Amino acid sequence: MRELALHVLDIAENSVKANAKLVTIEIEVRDNLLTITITDDGKGMSEEFLQKVTDPFTTTRTTRKVGMGIPLFKQAAETSGGTFSIKSKLGVGTEVKVTFKVDDVDRMPLGDVAETATTLLYPQCDFKWIYTVGDESFIFDTREVKEELQGIPIDSPEIIAFLKSMIKENIESINGGLVI
Amino acid sequence: MKSIADIKAIREKMQAQIISRDNEDSANETRVVVGMATCGIAAGARPVFNALVDQVANRGLKGVKVTRTGCIGMCKLEPIVEVFVPGKEKVTYVHVDAEKAIKILDQHVLGGKVCTEYLVGDEA
Repeated sequence: MRELALHVLDIAENSVKANAKLVTIEIEVRDNLLTITITDDGKGMSEEFLQKVTDPFTTTRTTRKVGMGIPLFKQAAETSGGTFSIKSKLGVGTEVKVTFKVDDVDRMPLGDVAETATTLLYPQCDFKWIYTVGDESFIFDTREVKEELQGIPIDSPEIIAFLKSMIKENIESINGGLVI
Repeated sequence: MKSIADIKAIREKMQAQIISRDNEDSANETRVVVGMATCGIAAGARPVFNALVDQVANRGLKGVKVTRTGCIGMCKLEPIVEVFVPGKEKVTYVHVDAEKAIKILDQHVLGGKVCTEYLVGDEA
């Protein structure tokens, strides 16, 4: 992966596949620490599966025996002075939390968060994004968007295009010229 | 700065169009499917998906649906785009980028001519 935002997309797709109704994605930059937390209310994992989920040869797929998403995210964090943790409870949900040192030369750039957010628009699953830099936050909640849409699908091309420019503007304003 | 409140205007415009669209047969819809598992995302599927959605939105194309799928087992050929034209056989494009995706949209989806240069060649 070339951007942390791509890892976020990949991990959040797991939440959608786990039948989550709500996925909360928090991205926070404070001092020299970048924290990304992805929490879902999907079906969760058993203690036994959780123990081996960071192993690239663990997957729920039956067609193949590899599952690279979580191991790659863990590696991205740990090879650049960061940390990775995953918690999960069967029937309750899963939380993936990753931290990075902002100034580590090996850290991947955060990348295009707006494009990841608009790639994650599903009629059956909602997303709440909380994007924070220092003391300023931008919150994007697809439940609010759906209410405003009154039945028009949130993944219509016209809506996706609008939301992408809206999120981009808000994030750029919060970043205040800072490239993360 | 744009906000969720701006959706109202887009919604009203779209509601008028949706009434006429409902009368069309959805079986006549061409589906453009982008592989978006870990392998696809790592190889660059997100910009491909977004380029296609942008084009469909900006040009107001009807009868074209951009959607996604998981890993179809040819990870080294990602990003993969499959085109399903009703009544025709599925066409699979490999190593697609945003530029190629737009060409596929123009030439194949809209023009009906398969872009043979992006098909699975000898490399499979």
